Amino acid sequence: MARTLMKGTEAIAEAAIQAGCKYFFGYPITPQNEIPEYMSAHLPKVGGMYLQAESEIASINLVMGGASTGYRVMTTSSSPGISLMSEGISYVAMAELPCVIVNITRGGPGLGNILPAQGDYTQATRGGGHGDYSVPVLAPGNLQEAVDFTQDAFDLSQKYRTPVMVLADGFMGQMMEAVEIKPRKTEDPVSNADWALGWRDERGGQRRIVYSMHLSPDELEAHDTHLQEKYARIRTNEARFEHFMTDDAELIVTSYGTTSRVCRSAIINLREEGFKVGMVRPITLWPFPSAGYSSLPKSVKVILDVEMSAAFQMADDVRLATQCEIPLMTAGRWGGYSPSVRQIEEKCKELLNG
Amino acid sequence: MSETQVFSMPKVWNADVHTHYCPGCTHGVAHRLVSEAIDELGIQNKTIGIAPVGCAVLMHQYLDLDFIEAAHGRAPAVASGIKAVRPDKIVFTYQGDGDLASIGMGEIVHAMNRSLPLTIIFVNNAIYGMTGGQMAPTTLLGQKSTTSPSGRDAKMNGYPIRVSEMLATLAGPAYIERVALTQPKYIIKAKQAVLKAFKNQAEGRGVSFVELLSTCPTNWGMRPTDACKWLEEHMIPYYPLGVLKDFQ
Ligand SMILES: Cc1ncc(C[n+]2csc(CCOP(=O)(O)OP(=O)(O)O)c2C)c(N)n1
Ligand code: SF4
Repeated sequence: MARTLMKGTEAIAEAAIQAGCKYFFGYPITPQNEIPEYMSAHLPKVGGMYLQAESEIASINLVMGGASTGYRVMTTSSSPGISLMSEGISYVAMAELPCVIVNITRGGPGLGNILPAQGDYTQATRGGGHGDYSVPVLAPGNLQEAVDFTQDAFDLSQKYRTPVMVLADGFMGQMMEAVEIKPRKTEDPVSNADWALGWRDERGGQRRIVYSMHLSPDELEAHDTHLQEKYARIRTNEARFEHFMTDDAELIVTSYGTTSRVCRSAIINLREEGFKVGMVRPITLWPFPSAGYSSLPKSVKVILDVEMSAAFQMADDVRLATQCEIPLMTAGRWGGYSPSVRQIEEKCKELLNG
Repeated sequence: MSETQVFSMPKVWNADVHTHYCPGCTHGVAHRLVSEAIDELGIQNKTIGIAPVGCAVLMHQYLDLDFIEAAHGRAPAVASGIKAVRPDKIVFTYQGDGDLASIGMGEIVHAMNRSLPLTIIFVNNAIYGMTGGQMAPTTLLGQKSTTSPSGRDAKMNGYPIRVSEMLATLAGPAYIERVALTQPKYIIKAKQAVLKAFKNQAEGRGVSFVELLSTCPTNWGMRPTDACKWLEEHMIPYYPLGVLKDFQ
């Protein structure tokens, strides 16, 4: 497909279809409704199915059922809906099923509002549900990345047999940009027959059980250990970040998703004025790309964490990544506001001049 | 002298596994009926079961079938997800009353209403078995449980829910029947109902639902024979047996 002007939500939906996702289960919530709408219109054309669940609790459990058969399935939602899915995500992670969950976040807590916010970082990166599990989280910074990361999410989920989340805020869902969506090579579902349900004949009569209960402490300890080893492999292999103008930087802005675009503009302006500013942008929020910080040059005197979150939820991860050796300051807006380029510029100047 | 075998374990029964059910519990009878239906229809290799949370949580160990274990109450959603992707498979859930009528009430109502061809086996023993005898939505008025120690009181706890009747008001379901598991005459009927619920699905009809009135001698605090008697004297009058909905 040539580059086409598309809305974020629709681009994500089309990217999923091009990655071989034929089954979508979801429940409406703003600001991501165009995804289920797009899926309901387009999945039947590729021999797939859109099924509207009665709730997010049901959505994720429909996904669990669909994923257990080895096919590519997906659900999307926004903050309050993801809270409801937490139970199911914990079960899917424990049962080691692949699936993709897109969270187009909005303002919270509670019903909050339907405007963009980044207050779900902790929920996304700390599992969100009960027990010892983690979910890889990809945070696109523009719509082309939203497309590519949605497709990457399917591959990652299959590779590690785990739910994978794409975390993008409401801006990303609602803005339009030119994107190119390429078909992504997908394996035949039968290639999952060694673990998936519904392939008994293909396995020569052998059955499979997908379960998450291990009553014996020995078994559960062994399975939990197995999961942690898998997560360790993901930490080693899949952590991703971007450095922008960091080489000689004295001040590092760190930010993900939409706010990283604002910061990028601010940095370009500041550089023109001679300020030595750069950015570390985490692309995977879990695993958190600590190397993005440990590899910073000695010239860095301060880090400015910019988020659309009143609690500056990512800042703790940055402190851990820098082992608190670099002073960390924060700036941002919340409640549905994005910080402005001007606000970031002024904050940077204050820190550099102060 | 030639021998004629008159009794054997169902083919889908995992002969080398012992169940953990209490003596006299009718979960065992219910499992047998499900097993026999699958045997009779010859669908072992294409059947996928959804185990519940409750006393039947280890059902996937007992029946030699592809199985997935759902979260408490979510089995109908998991089943719908499987059926949506694999309409060629036979998909069934097996759920207790706590699972299906309390925490999973939303999921069952909507699965019944969507009517993707599924088979739902609903084991109603009027109590939470696995967690030690707490009150269920189906616990009878006046019935004692560990969380209704002086008997269920409608003022605080509402009334026992007649799930089959409620679901029968929906346009979606193909078939709903309530049967009991206490005596041969009831069990023969129950067997036909379970078989029909699987056959409907094999023939592509919408969702089929069989409610099995079951005993929980352990948590009712009764001997198995007394539990059967109690079921017949107290449960059947409130939960009358019979077909509530049929596609025909
Ligand atoms: C979310 C959640 N809440 C509560 C429980 C605890 N729990 C396990 S089994 C059960 C009751 C099961 O009762 P029922 O479905 O009637 O089945 P039975 O044990 O009687 O066969 C409960 C409440 C759980 N596992 N998950
Ligand atoms: S607790 Fe009740 S329902 Fe559970 S196995 Fe024992 S008798 Fe059966």
